[in-house]
Amino acid sequence: MRCDLKKKSSILKSLRTGLLIAISIIVFAYAFQVTNVNFETTRSEVRITQLTRVLRALAKPELVKYDTTEEEISTPFYLPCPENNEIEEIEKNANEAYIQTSVICASPKETITVEGFNMPANIKGPVNFLAASGVKRQLANFETNSEGYFTVDVVIPTRQPVAEAQYITATIRTTTGLPKWTETAKATWDKIIETVFIALLATTIGTAASIPISFIAARNLMKDSTSTPTSTALNIIGFPIGAYLGYIFSKWVIDLLSPLEKNVFVTLIGLIISGLIAYLSLRKGLPSEDIKKPSTSVRIQRFIFIFIAGLMTIISIILFGEFTKLIGNALENILGPIGFLGYALFQIGDITLMLVPAITAIAFGGVVVSLFNKVGLSLQDNLNTKILKIINILLSTIAGAILFALVMAVINWFYQFNNPRISLYYPVLIGGFAGFILAVIAKPKHPLPTGFIIYTVTRTILNALRSIEPLVMAIIAVIWVGIGPFAGSLALALHTIAALAKLYSEQVESIDDGPLEAIHATGANKLQTIVFAVIPQIIPPYISFTMYRWDINVRMSTIIGFVGGGGIGFLLQQNINLLSYRAASVQMLAIAVVVASMDYVSSKIRERIV
Amino acid sequence: MLEIINLTKVYEGNVQALDNVSFNVQPGEFLAVIGLSGSGKSTLLRCINRLVEPTNGEVIWDGVDVTKAGPDELRRIRRQIGMIFQHFNLVERSKVLTNVLAGRLGYTNPAMSLVNRFSKSDVEMAYKQLERVGITDQANKRADELSGGQQQRVSIARAMMQNPKIILADEPVASLDPVLAHSIMQYLEKINKEDGVTIICSLHFLDLVHRYANRAIALNAGVLMFDGAPKEIDDGKFKEIYGKEAERVG
Ligand SMILES: Nc1ncnc2c1ncn2[C@@H]1O[C@H](COP(=O)(O)OP(=O)(O)O)[C@@H](O)[C@H]1O
Ligand SMILES: [Mg+2]
Repeated sequence: MRCDLKKKSSILKSLRTGLLIAISIIVFAYAFQVTNVNFETTRSEVRITQLTRVLRALAKPELVKYDTTEEEISTPFYLPCPENNEIEEIEKNANEAYIQTSVICASPKETITVEGFNMPANIKGPVNFLAASGVKRQLANFETNSEGYFTVDVVIPTRQPVAEAQYITATIRTTTGLPKWTETAKATWDKIIETVFIALLATTIGTAASIPISFIAARNLMKDSTSTPTSTALNIIGFPIGAYLGYIFSKWVIDLLSPLEKNVFVTLIGLIISGLIAYLSLRKGLPSEDIKKPSTSVRIQRFIFIFIAGLMTIISIILFGEFTKLIGNALENILGPIGFLGYALFQIGDITLMLVPAITAIAFGGVVVSLFNKVGLSLQDNLNTKILKIINILLSTIAGAILFALVMAVINWFYQFNNPRISLYYPVLIGGFAGFILAVIAKPKHPLPTGFIIYTVTRTILNALRSIEPLVMAIIAVIWVGIGPFAGSLALALHTIAALAKLYSEQVESIDDGPLEAIHATGANKLQTIVFAVIPQIIPPYISFTMYRWDINVRMSTIIGFVGGGGIGFLLQQNINLLSYRAASVQMLAIAVVVASMDYVSSKIRERIV
Repeated sequence: MLEIINLTKVYEGNVQALDNVSFNVQPGEFLAVIGLSGSGKSTLLRCINRLVEPTNGEVIWDGVDVTKAGPDELRRIRRQIGMIFQHFNLVERSKVLTNVLAGRLGYTNPAMSLVNRFSKSDVEMAYKQLERVGITDQANKRADELSGGQQQRVSIARAMMQNPKIILADEPVASLDPVLAHSIMQYLEKINKEDGVTIICSLHFLDLVHRYANRAIALNAGVLMFDGAPKEIDDGKFKEIYGKEAERVG
């Protein structure tokens, strides 16, 4: 019995193996067809010649050129032969370079042989016919051997008959002086610098942005974050309201401050004053240690101070933006060769101003959320379950309606329904109903896994972003900001954020839980736990992943120019399209050198750190 | 000062780690928690400062129910409760001093600790605590350069930075050899006697319980089996706690 069973299973096994082999053969056969595998083309004569030519051109990058001097060696020639056959023979100096023709006169279309003696060895040059009119016509190319001798057959061109001597010449080109960079080499240098800086910007911006995101995308940090239904609903209602208020507020302040815009000194003084007030009220609002539970009046007082500090910070950020823009503008003109410092300052100011509304919106949203959180907690503590449930149902209905309306607003932006029923009324109804149902089902005090939800959403967005190739992102960025390195940097930075945040967060997930627990047990809050227990553990892998990403970004930035993203790829593509393979070869060489040396540097750094 | 009432913990997957556990802790006590591994000792200690969220029951600390405390309240409670772990749980890549200072985090303002700043008095206090456990000279080394015994002393210093009223020690000597074990236990004893810090300490070896604890509770499969003086643990009790096949050693 046992034996039988064994046999059966072994037969089944070999059947299965056979089937697997058959399937894989079919798959690969199909793959050959789909990918147009055709080795006949690889053997075709024409293609091989073409390939040889291109490969030889690629092997000779057009890096340097020399100044040349030309010397013409000539010998008289008669066309047609004079009637009386009276031609003076010229003595050739056997020590100098000279050329000799097989005959010294001929009729048009005749073939004669030209020989050269005592020429420089192993050179190439043209053989010309110099007519009496002074017009030069190239007849052939010569190539001397190692003794400086050449021989070449040429066909005499058709010319008006002339009595006097005309000339057959051979031009000797000699290079003089030091090699010089070609225009191609110079352009390549410019572009390779651009390329490296695209990678640098993308990597730094990407790293800076992905570090905080990686914490949100780390399961172990987020899974314990829960909030009660009341707080959750209040947050969903509160954040958009707060964010909207913040946005309006920042616009208003920017408008209010705009008269200062032209005056550096007023801006600077404003910046100092607002910064100082912000700092002082922050000190007041944030005492370094709390031994006892602070009284309500102290807490209100602190809240006011922090609020003032917040407002002043926003104002000083705006003034800082204005100030750097002004200074940057001025410096750009003054500094001359290092004017790019001014340009950078101006851009920093501009970015700051651009980000202010977003920062303010998020900050206001955050303030409202933390206030509402407290409200939610105290509601939960002070109300009995029945009343709480009713309040939850109410809030949850509103929250669902708002959430759906917001999501639908985004969808509507893409698809332009132009129909308030689809874009507003239905979502509000459905969302409200969903919120209502959820609140009815959920226990009023049961905590919801908000942390886990945020984690999941973040991860999903990151995964989606990561699956879009940087080249595709670059195409979109080019549409947005135009062809050039800025588009490339934007695209690469975005892709870097998505990729690094994922890698980083996996590192956070793999850290040792013990220290986290210990720091938590001291009463540290989430932020402190991250600073003291998480960050020290993740520094080495973060640096190593950043270097790895830097490698990738250097590689990507070399080809992102193919789609208009700036950098060396643009030159490379242009030269390939123009069939200037020797020029393209220079760019390929540059890419290889840069990629290899960046590889080397980053592996050295990784070795040092890990 | 600490009152545990009907504490129950059911982990995901229906693992009953604690089953209706109730007991009181008096100020100044040295309370040992014994039981086989898996009996719920760690869970019990972690429920007290809510590193583990209890499923049911109350933990009354100074008249406040810890299980119902909001985030701010919980922070204020946790910082009065020091904790020591079997595997020390130091941040290994950080300096010893930083590890000790971390004990202050419950008191420092989060915004300040964001930039890794501690007040001068905190730093002085950290040196004083390191001196008490005899490793001042190691202050600037990385924590993972220290031996196990030294690391556990760092973690005692960290707990003491909290000015704790109570210290929860979860098998503090289980990963140390016996000689070091006694030295660590003596530090805890000193803290208990000199500073009047209450200590709840889960222990593996009964001889340590007899030597250091003035009261013991025992868990078996999450159920409280015994609550009394260590010398009351006779052979019958022992078999109840550790199972019939257990042999009494030491
Ligand atoms: N995070 C967890 N998830 C699920 N089960 C757990 C978890 N932690 C502990 N347990 C289980 O709870 C029981 C008690 O564990 P624990 O408190 O660690 O016991 P002890 O510290 O006495 O060895 C064990 O059965 C253990 O497997
Ligand atoms: Mg344990």
